[in-house]
Amino acid sequence: MDVRSQISMVFHLDKCIGCHTCSIACKNIWTDRKGAEYMWWNNVETKPGTGYPTKWEDQEVYRGGWKKSNGKVNLLGTGKRRGLTNIFYNPNLPVIDDYYEPFTYKYLDLIESPEGDDQPTARPVSLITGKPIDIKMGPNWDDDLSGTPDFGRNDPNLKNLSAEEQEVMFQLERMAFFYLPRICNHCLNPACVASCPSGAIYKRGEDGVVLINQEVCRAWRMCVTACPYKKSYYNWYTGKSEKCILCFPRIEAGLAPACMHSCVGRIRYLGVLLYDADRIESAVHKDDEDLIDGHLDIILDPFDEKVIQAAKMSGVADSTIHSAQYSPVYKYVKQWKLALPLHAEFRTLPMLFYVPPLLPVMATVKQVDNTEGGKMMNPIAKYWDDNWLYDTSTTELWGTLDQVRFPLKYLANLLSAGNEEMIKDKWKKLMAVRIHRRRVTVGDISQEKTDEVLREAGLTAEMADGIFYLTALAKFEDRFVIPPAHREQAIEMLDFTGDTKGEVGFGFKSKVKRGL
Amino acid sequence: MDYLNNFFLIALPYLALAIFLIGTIFRYTSRKFQFSSLSSQFLEGRKLFYGSVPFHWGVIFVFFGHLIAFLFPGSVLAWNSQPLRLMILEITAFIFGISMLVGLINLVIRRYTTARLSPVTNKMDLIVYVLLIIQTVAGLWIAYNFRWGSSWFSTLLTPYLYSIFTFNPDITAVSLLPWPVKLHIAGAFVILSIFPFTRLVHMLVLPLNYLWRPYQQVTWYWNRKKVRSSSTPWSLQRPENT
Ligand code: HEM
Ligand code: SF4
Ligand code: SF4
Repeated sequence: MDVRSQISMVFHLDKCIGCHTCSIACKNIWTDRKGAEYMWWNNVETKPGTGYPTKWEDQEVYRGGWKKSNGKVNLLGTGKRRGLTNIFYNPNLPVIDDYYEPFTYKYLDLIESPEGDDQPTARPVSLITGKPIDIKMGPNWDDDLSGTPDFGRNDPNLKNLSAEEQEVMFQLERMAFFYLPRICNHCLNPACVASCPSGAIYKRGEDGVVLINQEVCRAWRMCVTACPYKKSYYNWYTGKSEKCILCFPRIEAGLAPACMHSCVGRIRYLGVLLYDADRIESAVHKDDEDLIDGHLDIILDPFDEKVIQAAKMSGVADSTIHSAQYSPVYKYVKQWKLALPLHAEFRTLPMLFYVPPLLPVMATVKQVDNTEGGKMMNPIAKYWDDNWLYDTSTTELWGTLDQVRFPLKYLANLLSAGNEEMIKDKWKKLMAVRIHRRRVTVGDISQEKTDEVLREAGLTAEMADGIFYLTALAKFEDRFVIPPAHREQAIEMLDFTGDTKGEVGFGFKSKVKRGL
Repeated sequence: MDYLNNFFLIALPYLALAIFLIGTIFRYTSRKFQFSSLSSQFLEGRKLFYGSVPFHWGVIFVFFGHLIAFLFPGSVLAWNSQPLRLMILEITAFIFGISMLVGLINLVIRRYTTARLSPVTNKMDLIVYVLLIIQTVAGLWIAYNFRWGSSWFSTLLTPYLYSIFTFNPDITAVSLLPWPVKLHIAGAFVILSIFPFTRLVHMLVLPLNYLWRPYQQVTWYWNRKKVRSSSTPWSLQRPENT
């Protein structure tokens, strides 16, 4: 057993309000620079939708990640042979138009235009060429299902959904969506690392953060293709690739990453997971059906004496083991088994887990008699006098599960490598928690019924309370359990990150000077 | 005439070699961030194929051709002893030369007709293009008009280059060659002398190491097993992730 520690994340999709605060926080700190304008290390996309870059999940197009064939797992579009023979021209490289051409507006024209008969306008100009452009695409162009025919309908996760199922999803009255915030998953089997011919990308042993050494990157641009999540970006100006650094300078100083710290919906959790590095290889080679189980299997119990002993032998600090025991991620992923990795079938063993969304898929609009309710309301309060009610009641128990507005298959394609039972299992848990809390706070559900529901979902009342606490009430320290940095191991900690804003940044300080 | 020969065939090579060595080492050690192939495929991903691919395969073949002729003149002459084999060699080399030229022309057209590429184009790119085109055209001219290069290279140029590298320059034979050949020789050294100041440095960091390194790379700042032992001495050296 080779125990290593990994800083991992859980995103609770039920709680994301799609405000993009996370993206802005990240942009402000890290990518507000020439050549990086188009990059969103953190982005939030509306699902169903094609995402950013457009259709990134479609590996027929982008050729990212690993693929198992004949028992062997190989990089799909890159790797030693393909990477080196395609080095002069990478046939699977996304280009700027797959993201969007970054732009700004000529605001100064509003002030400086000479007096005339017409109102001055601020024309959009490209941030690459500086010339006026017609904006065709922008970040979150398809936010909240806007442009659904172009975006929502082309979502790669709709594959193997029947035409009727798709039709139902896009009926106006039943239209539903949720948000999918994405950052680099800091994978255990990162395709980006494996694809880099220069060996510029590496995983930090101490905390598992995956970084690109800017001094070693030579713009062979293989990682951009290799990352199936398209979370390695090419800086067209400096000629270097860049990616999410999990705010490691902040983590080393005991602060939560900026996207997580600023998250309005408080959907984000961060903590240590201990895992067995010796078993990565076997986990990667599992069949599609067993991939997720294999992945979760290599995550170790930080309370187990044997694991603790082995962790110490492998040089994991005591304080890190301690953090692992309080890790909210461990609770979500292993104790409660509520969270799943995104697109496990890409086989990079992503270490960012998602709690599948329940609310947007369960709620229905039904007609009720609202006159009683109306009477009770303050006359100036608004109520729906047409007697339509947005209903999330759960008295029918699992009955509604199969009538959800989102086909199970869709979420299964996204979060469980196609396994519908797995999603159902999470939904049952989420509903059981609600039913349990409803019994506690409202009291209109009987104890027996609650017990039955909990039993069926595989939870106990304590667990349900734990889930409720961490989901709804958790304070900052509960959501982010950051292992104390060890000064002797954390060299970047001694640098003042403010110095590096707008410079090459992360890792070393120098002016951004492009090579000749 | 002697004066010019001395300058272009003796002084220039030494100057170029000195600039090349000092410049490249300096740039590699202290301006590492600027070492990059500066790929522009992200901004223009279609026309690049018709430029970069023929150009690179061409230039690599031609480059190794020259290198082999320099390092193993005997074997090249032995190969060429049969006319058919000589023809095969010359024609393949010529085809790769043409491929290089076609690629270069496509690259130049692409770079100067694509609006998005102007922000990532500088003077050095222009200088590199011009020098490479002159060099390629001269090479093709020689191959066509002054046959058979692969044979006389070994008897004329190999001794000359050898004399340069052994610091005992002897230009008696090469100074009698026609001017395009001299242009080709001088051109090579001019390219060498601007080499460290251009994107051409990318060919020195060809990632061959990738062939035998394991796919995954994990880096520790410190030896993680030793770091917990009180007997580990402290080190001021920052480990490097290279
Ligand atoms: C030895 C192996 C070499 C490798 C792996 C290599 C790789 C590359 C790569 C990846 C690019 C960027 C293409 C892009 O825009 O995406 C490039 C561009 C270029 N390379 Fe190489 N190269 C090699 C050798 C050479 C040699 C020997 C020369 C010339 C003497 C050369 C001259 C150039 C030039 C001029 C460009 C710029 C093309 C343009 O954007 O117009 N390369 N190379
Ligand atoms: S998500 Fe992509 S960039 Fe991040 S570690 Fe995994 S493969 Fe690499
Ligand atoms: S800040 Fe939080 S709630 Fe807002 S979009 Fe980002 S992840 Fe969702």
